Amino acid sequence: MNLDDLADLAAKYRNEAQEPEIEVRVCMAASCQSSGAVPVLDALRAGCGDKPEGNCKVKGVGCMGLCSAGPLIAVAPPAAPLEEAVIYRDVTAEDAPEILASAFPGSTPVERLRCPTDMPFFSRQHKIVLENAGIVDPNSFRGYVMAGGYAAMVQALSEMPPQDVINEVTTSGLRGRGGGGYPTGLKWSTVAKMPAGQKYVICNADEGDPGAFMDRAILESDPHRVLEGMAIAAYAIGANKGYVYVRAEYPLAVERLKTAIRKAKRAGFLGNHICETQFNFDVEIRLGAGAFVCGEETALMASVEGGRGQPRPRPPYPAEYGLWGSPTLINNVETYANIAPIITNGGAWLAGIGTEKSKGTKVFALAGTIVNTGLIEVDMGTRLRDIIFDIGGGIPNGKGFKAVQTGGPSGGCVPEAHLDLPVDYDSLKTLGTMMGSGGMIVMDETSNMVDVARFFMEFCMDESCGKCIPCRTGTQQMHGLLDKIARTEASRTDLELLEELCEVVQATSLCGLGQTAPNPVLSTLRYFRQEYEQQLG
Amino acid sequence: MSGTMSSDRAAGSGGKVTVATTWLDGCSGCHMSFLDLDERLVDLAELIDIVYSPLVDTKDLPEQVDLGILEGSISSDEDLHKAREFRTRCKLLLSLGDCAVNGNVPAMRNPFKLDDVIERAYRDNVDLHPQIPTEGVPRLLDKVRPIHGVVDVDIFVPGCPPHADTIHYVLTELIAGRTPDPSRVTRFGA
Amino acid sequence: MPLPAPRTNVRVVTLNINGQDLSAREDETVIELCRENKIPIPSLCWMDGLSVVGACRLCVVEIAGSPRLQAACSTRVREGMVVQTSTDRLRRYRRILVELLFAERNHVCSVCVSNGHCELQWLAQTCGVDHVRMPYRGVGYSLDSSHEMFRVDHNRCVLCTRCVRVCDEIEGAHTWDVMGRGSGCQVVTDLAKPWGDSGSCTSCGKCVQVCPTGALVKQGTSVGEMVKDQQFLSILARRRSNR
Repeated sequence: MNLDDLADLAAKYRNEAQEPEIEVRVCMAASCQSSGAVPVLDALRAGCGDKPEGNCKVKGVGCMGLCSAGPLIAVAPPAAPLEEAVIYRDVTAEDAPEILASAFPGSTPVERLRCPTDMPFFSRQHKIVLENAGIVDPNSFRGYVMAGGYAAMVQALSEMPPQDVINEVTTSGLRGRGGGGYPTGLKWSTVAKMPAGQKYVICNADEGDPGAFMDRAILESDPHRVLEGMAIAAYAIGANKGYVYVRAEYPLAVERLKTAIRKAKRAGFLGNHICETQFNFDVEIRLGAGAFVCGEETALMASVEGGRGQPRPRPPYPAEYGLWGSPTLINNVETYANIAPIITNGGAWLAGIGTEKSKGTKVFALAGTIVNTGLIEVDMGTRLRDIIFDIGGGIPNGKGFKAVQTGGPSGGCVPEAHLDLPVDYDSLKTLGTMMGSGGMIVMDETSNMVDVARFFMEFCMDESCGKCIPCRTGTQQMHGLLDKIARTEASRTDLELLEELCEVVQATSLCGLGQTAPNPVLSTLRYFRQEYEQQLG
Repeated sequence: MSGTMSSDRAAGSGGKVTVATTWLDGCSGCHMSFLDLDERLVDLAELIDIVYSPLVDTKDLPEQVDLGILEGSISSDEDLHKAREFRTRCKLLLSLGDCAVNGNVPAMRNPFKLDDVIERAYRDNVDLHPQIPTEGVPRLLDKVRPIHGVVDVDIFVPGCPPHADTIHYVLTELIAGRTPDPSRVTRFGA
Repeated sequence: MPLPAPRTNVRVVTLNINGQDLSAREDETVIELCRENKIPIPSLCWMDGLSVVGACRLCVVEIAGSPRLQAACSTRVREGMVVQTSTDRLRRYRRILVELLFAERNHVCSVCVSNGHCELQWLAQTCGVDHVRMPYRGVGYSLDSSHEMFRVDHNRCVLCTRCVRVCDEIEGAHTWDVMGRGSGCQVVTDLAKPWGDSGSCTSCGKCVQVCPTGALVKQGTSVGEMVKDQQFLSILARRRSNR
């Protein structure tokens, strides 16, 4: 199969589907479902059937981003982007008849439910990873193909030798979106250079940072995009087997991924002889049992193998010695979701977006005390101030801003003074925090930073696997000291001991969890030391 | 924190180093080990003056002492009071023995609730007139702590008990104005 | 066993540890070379003959050019490597690691069956730990005496997993494993059944021999078990007088 064949297939699908004049898209991602999207979809479906006057179709789609305003609905012509749609917020089942009545061109939208699409939340985003989110039906293989899906994979398989694929990824400057920011092209070429034989591709979807839901949203909105990225990676490095390691706490994402794998296999886009080529690639899902540490690659592999989810010393790195000792490529969900457009548009295209050392866009999950809680995608290099105050809409209830925590329990907080910094991997590092997977927790002036540090330390303490001493016991002692400070019973000696423990745990822990566990303490100490000192007994 | 004995010693001891000792929640074994210095005690008496101790008759801790030696852990109100008093009045404070250094046997009650411990000691295991003493005995603290858990300590000499030679080494070094390194000669449980 | 299998055709490399030039086989780890050359590096989980887990972190060393500290047990020697095993910083870190170990469980050396034969006790002394600055956790752990020959006292366990590895890799029984996570970790026999009920245990005692502390011991070695049988005396005396 080549690109022309795929275009024919998409045209055939389009014909058979008899595209309607207008689509009513209902967000069916986890956050809108939790605020009642299912009855809304049912009511719309029921109402749509009675409408003989026009050709309208109700469709469940993925995340539109503005989760705090869910359930969200978009009314638009098929395939039209979100900005051209009429978006309704906080919709209930009772609103369905009114929405349907005003759906057709020429009628007036329901103003009381309307969510303006010219607000910065929509206009300032740049959607690459999320370009299909909120537009295609995540359960529909045909929908993905009609939206141009699998073109990148077909192009790679039919026109590009593996080395060219790797070259494009390298040229793009894409860096790992799971948090470390390791150059993706370099990782791919390392695994590709290992002698031919059994190799594996793993997608790390064990998203566990408090307040982060980027990977969940991507998998719930556009699972085929991730599978396509994995297949391209497998082709490039010479693997024939892939695993998606996804946490069991994401049942909806797992369900959609399962459906996607089944449908792609049936259509010949996964499995043996993919698209009538000699390339075989099979994907299996592995469920994580709720351990944060399994997001660490060596622990993840141990868990996939069926062992205890504990990290092991690196080197050897997975690229050399991975699953069952074979060379293994591990990338994050968002990284894989970036691959298809890189192949389609060329690596140079992505390299033209973002900052000098961080290319492309980044998906962030906005949480905490912020007006527009939800999912956004912006160019690398966007200022934190723009993300929080423009796109995020600022702090609710007239409160002042205090800090934003990035990178979850491995990251740190950024105070007001540094909000004008362009966000990329390296700039955040200079502030003592990190990009992480993309969680952003905004805190208003009422937040106590010792409590914030204690919260994240408690998280690390509970999530430590218990293998190495500094993480297992050090996090516990640090938590005890933070608790003592919060109770205003601590002395200056206790604060000194806390800082010493931070240093030791950071320097000696076996894996990233322990090495970064002190970061929230160190960063709050760096910017809000007076709060600690004030609370000393 | 660990220090040496300063040259300006407390007045009134004829140039000798003044030493105060007491036992808190311990078995007095560390004091026995001190007595095991035997004939070396005679030489030591030339250099130090024991101004307060269970081994001498003085009833009150002087206002200023050069070296305070504490045996045993902090298990009761009284232990806490004594440790604080020692800290205020002694220039250097030494934790002698495992109970003082890490809680040792007295701290083995820490995993249990205090009430359960008292029940076990004064009721469960008593055949005749079981009763929980309340008068004339100090109130037990919820958790047993080492000395440095409540006051700053300058020198730690672990051991159960520390050998007489260890005590001799530490005292000799201190008297000579040097900082002893107890890990060279003793360890937990030694 | 995370480290790749050594090649059969090994070469020799030269490297520098603490200013001392040394030669080593390419497949050796830094700790093996140090042990060979009597360069002291404290360690707890590492044991010659067992697989490497790199869990105790006591053997961390500084390697020139590496931004992070590396565990000597899980680092292979390299040509031209420059290693420092005992800088002030490393000694300070090790001290704290040992303190953390003591604070974690209930190590009461004075009444421990392993007093004087304990690697943790020895580590404390060599690392200069004469007191522990952190509060002890004071959580009580259980003791399992159900096995007819051996006993496990979790109060004294440091989770080095030597028992787990020797049982799996040498004896081939895999009776031991670890359950729980964080500080809730505990070594268990047969899915946390009492040791005495274990169907897989071969009673070989290897775990007891490799345990660095008093956590795994032979029955009958504690003070309370030293029961004397003095009945023989009266019997002998009676027989003698009846002669």
